[in-house]
Amino acid sequence: MDWIVKNLWLIPVLPVLAAGFSALTPQRGRKFSASLAIGSMVIAFALSVCALVHALGQHGEGKEVFNIAWFQFAAGAAGLFKIGWLLDPLTAVMLVMVTFVGTLIFIYSTGYMAHDANFTRFFTFLSLFAGGMLGVVVANNLLLLFMSWEIVGLTSYLLIGFWYHKPSAAAAAKKAFITTRIGDVLFLLGIVWLYSQTGTLLFYDNGHGCLEQSALAALVAKTTIGGMAVSTVIGLLIFAGAVGKSGQVPLHVWLPDAMEGPTPVSALIHAATMVAAGVFLVARVYPLMAASGVEWAGVASAQFSNDTTALQVVTWIGAITAVFAASIAVAQNDIKRILAYSTVSQLGYMMMGLGVGGVAVGMFHLITHAFFKALLFMGAGSVIHGCHEEQDIRKMGGIKKYMPVTFLTYAVGMLALAGFPLFFSGFWSKDEILHAAHGWPVSHIPFYLGLVGAFLTAFYMTRQVMLVFFGKNRAEAHAHDAHGKHTDHTPHESPAAMTAPLAILAVCAVALGFLGTPAWPWFQDFLQGHHAEFVFAKLGERSFLWLACLSASIVFGGIGIGIWLYGLKPPAKADAPDVLEKLPLGMYSWLANKYGIDELYEMTVIRLNAWFARVCDILDEWVWGGLVALVSWAVLGLAWVNRAFDDFVINLGFDQGCGGVSRGGGLLSRLQDGKVQNYLRFIGGALVALALFLIWGGGK
Amino acid sequence: MNSLPILTILTLLPLIGAFVVAAVGQENKRLARGLAFGVSLISLGLALALWKSFDAASGALQFEERHAWIPALAVDYRVAVDGLGILMVLLTAIVVPMALLASWNVADRPQIYFALVLFLQAGLFGTFTALNFFHWFLFWELGLIPAFFLIRLWGGPQRAAAATQFFIYTMVGSVTLLLSFLAIFIATGKLDFTELAGMAHTGELTSALANKLGWSLFGHDFYAGAMPRIVFLGALLGFAVKVPLMPFHTWLPRTYSEAPSGTTMLLTGLMSKMGVYGFLRILLPIFPEQMQWLRTPLLALAVITIVFSAFAAFAQKDLKRILAYSSINHLGYCLLAVFAVTGSTAMAIAPAMERAAALNGAMLQMFNHGLTAATLFWFVALIEKRSGGLRGLDDFGGLRKVAPVFCGLMGIALFSSLGLPGLNGFIGEFLIFKGVFPLALCSAAVAVIGILVTAIFILTVIQRVFNGPLNAKWAEFPDLTLAERALLAFPLALMLVLGLWPQLVLGVTNPTVVKLVEQLKF
Repeated sequence: MDWIVKNLWLIPVLPVLAAGFSALTPQRGRKFSASLAIGSMVIAFALSVCALVHALGQHGEGKEVFNIAWFQFAAGAAGLFKIGWLLDPLTAVMLVMVTFVGTLIFIYSTGYMAHDANFTRFFTFLSLFAGGMLGVVVANNLLLLFMSWEIVGLTSYLLIGFWYHKPSAAAAAKKAFITTRIGDVLFLLGIVWLYSQTGTLLFYDNGHGCLEQSALAALVAKTTIGGMAVSTVIGLLIFAGAVGKSGQVPLHVWLPDAMEGPTPVSALIHAATMVAAGVFLVARVYPLMAASGVEWAGVASAQFSNDTTALQVVTWIGAITAVFAASIAVAQNDIKRILAYSTVSQLGYMMMGLGVGGVAVGMFHLITHAFFKALLFMGAGSVIHGCHEEQDIRKMGGIKKYMPVTFLTYAVGMLALAGFPLFFSGFWSKDEILHAAHGWPVSHIPFYLGLVGAFLTAFYMTRQVMLVFFGKNRAEAHAHDAHGKHTDHTPHESPAAMTAPLAILAVCAVALGFLGTPAWPWFQDFLQGHHAEFVFAKLGERSFLWLACLSASIVFGGIGIGIWLYGLKPPAKADAPDVLEKLPLGMYSWLANKYGIDELYEMTVIRLNAWFARVCDILDEWVWGGLVALVSWAVLGLAWVNRAFDDFVINLGFDQGCGGVSRGGGLLSRLQDGKVQNYLRFIGGALVALALFLIWGGGK
Repeated sequence: MNSLPILTILTLLPLIGAFVVAAVGQENKRLARGLAFGVSLISLGLALALWKSFDAASGALQFEERHAWIPALAVDYRVAVDGLGILMVLLTAIVVPMALLASWNVADRPQIYFALVLFLQAGLFGTFTALNFFHWFLFWELGLIPAFFLIRLWGGPQRAAAATQFFIYTMVGSVTLLLSFLAIFIATGKLDFTELAGMAHTGELTSALANKLGWSLFGHDFYAGAMPRIVFLGALLGFAVKVPLMPFHTWLPRTYSEAPSGTTMLLTGLMSKMGVYGFLRILLPIFPEQMQWLRTPLLALAVITIVFSAFAAFAQKDLKRILAYSSINHLGYCLLAVFAVTGSTAMAIAPAMERAAALNGAMLQMFNHGLTAATLFWFVALIEKRSGGLRGLDDFGGLRKVAPVFCGLMGIALFSSLGLPGLNGFIGEFLIFKGVFPLALCSAAVAVIGILVTAIFILTVIQRVFNGPLNAKWAEFPDLTLAERALLAFPLALMLVLGLWPQLVLGVTNPTVVKLVEQLKF
């Protein structure tokens, strides 16, 4: 056992420890807190590189695990709950990506958050987030993964609501947590179902793990609702968790609102890492998702159904999300919201890639996207910072001459995202997804949806860049502040702590693509466990060429139309109507209003929820409470009869009878006051009666 | 066996303490408080010593004391603890000092208040250690009296009605419970829990109840078959009210919200556990057949309890009422586990293991809920102290700005209640669902809605009270003092420790659970 495998737990635990210390640091310990966070991330990065090197040495074959006992919940070995960590190529590349991008974002944050009063708290949350995310990546147990997953959800909640005094931020944070939790609850059901069927939640455990052959064969052999294999249903439940976390339709609504958080948070959480956790999860449990489509030894071939329902669902959800979100991005004006919808759309691509092409295809886009989207978000943050917290792209324009570094790096990110041919990583990873979609035996529609998405992506990114960086500045000329003094509202370039990470990411956004070209598919082969070979001729194959040409012309089309509409005739004023408003059928307002999905949910789910809560409350107050009141009145009545019986029947005296009647009114009111005694009186009576009943009844 | 009657000492200590504290004069507030707190700390020390010398590997009853008491009625004084008992003893010993601290500033007759709390503690210790129905029931009822006076004398504006409702309600349950055991005694001549469980295991108990108590009417065995069930229903009602199980819960929201927060900590943290304890110690071992007979309706009630109380909590505007419904919700999971274990579905490959998981989860959840709910009500007590009694959801806003530490620490407790992994609540709920899912599929699938809604109302509390713009009225809202932070650090640290190291509790409960599962023959 190699040292790094045994000590892989250090990678997530270091940032968590940093978060713990940072939480105890007073607000003035800004330097300490930031260095702690960055230091822990740098060490985690170094360890991750060691892990990657080690995994490379295994030639992708190894799934090395280290398991320990955590608690005992039933008799025997089956009742021992084990957790552990896992090093395989998938883990290794994710570790390196998360720690590398994370480190850059941490450094960037020292600049971006420099003036924030809660600086130390910010780094506490960031570190805790990194710890949770790395926990998701190294976990070799589905429950451990889920726990880390929830920690990630918590920190996301805390960071989105970081500026808690803004009601919009507080609401967005809550929305994010609850929306993702809808998926998580189903995910949890998937976990307990899987556990009950396989008896383990360890992914790999020398042949006994839940993702290994014997367990999967057993899962496939059973069918459940609708004749689906158990593995399919469990896979879909787990996928529900991924839908929530990765902002797929219909649980995408939280992600755009999450832009209320500080920009580095958007970069870290909502671009590079957290939202990718859903995609990673699907990649991790891919053997389960694909199980029913595979013929297993030990399962009668008559039972082999070639049922790929789980992966089909992943594909369709991904494809629909990709187009749906891209179309909304076209009509947004907040620089970060455009990127948010873009992220949702790209995550859709990744899901689609997983569904049609397998782990390597989806993961390659995940990695390249992580770099260029973090770059774009941080670039956007730099723009916002430079434009004095302005986020509306209609009020920007011509910024490229004030912020040259930001502009150049942003342009690289934009071209990578748009999938500009040959030199940018997004081209290679997106093309591969399209290629796989084209070869998908089930349907060709996802492929066409992917093409539409590619066009829209190129278009909205061009629109954004044109409006932000080109033309002339449309910021309102409020040159005088409250004191009538002249204030300088000219945009300015950001400090080096912010621009240096941008430059590094820009290099990656170009270079990473070359790790996964058809000529030298190193990345894919590494994940799949074979050795990559350089075959230049593959670039000349027809299947690659025609698709590359098609997608390139679509991208050029998108960029061209974008330049034509927004670059050649830039709007003169901030409040000038958007050219797209001329689209027929009020399409623009549909898009700008995100198809009204938020309003739809507001009217249905949320109102239903509030209504049902009201019903439960009323039920409690009136129905249950009413029943109890009824019973208690009945008891009171009996007690009264009991008393009357005492007074009138047992003490037969006429005088007392008269007195009793005259006391009647007072008696009734006394019943109200002294409920306790009267109840007790009845209870005592009932006790005696029942005891007598039992004793005499017993003499059968 | 240990010759020192340690469990008796444990029970007597707070009882004697209660009398001593009550005897302290009105003018000596500090002395009364100090004495009471000292006694509760000694109890805690004793409980910890017990915990430490408890042989966790064996599921057997330990520290047993047995003395013939009333031979004519087969009443022995018999006390002992197994994993469940010692867990509850420890929880009691932990929560009582917390409740005392939360009630530190009671102005009105503090010596009586503190004496009553100790009195209640004695009742709880007695309940969790007694193994003969006779004195078990005495302790069970003994707990009720101080609780009644604590609510009646120190409660909120509607305290009279709340105290009465609480008392009557629980009393009715107690009476039916008593009658049931009277029937059992008449039929079998036994009152010892272990012996009765043994009889239930062989089926003797049911036949004895049917044969000895059945009524014959016109030659028709009218009650013979029904008698064991009637007896069971009587006992069930007693515990269902105490936990509570819907629809026997209507006393709870008002009681919890009218009681002073320190007392509510005892009610939710400990007295609700008496009910669940009863299900685990008495109903499951002594009435397994009857539990199985009523399984489906009981499961339905547990699910209704979980889901309805979560939604009802969401509809409340008073922090204490929200937490009260949340308590019902959390204990609903325990009951779900208890009811699920009496049956199985085709899905369960290893039912015994699933049962053990569910029951271990239920016990862990009992401890966790006791700790977390008590801590949360402590926080409410601190809010009330600062706001002059205000505790409405909409009375605050933006407190995080002026009281960040308060918000952070209460946030930890709230997230623990929400079941966040890494804090104590999660593993218990996971184990319950892990066990219940294959044993009672539909119930588990519907009950997860409770988890979701819990998240909604807890985050709503955070959003309305702590986030948003600062309500100008509270610009001077003081943050936690250093002393408060130091004291709160203990329960919060325990939440974290249990979240990361659940084996601490499970190691003690598991042998007991395994034994219990073996004893149940389903």
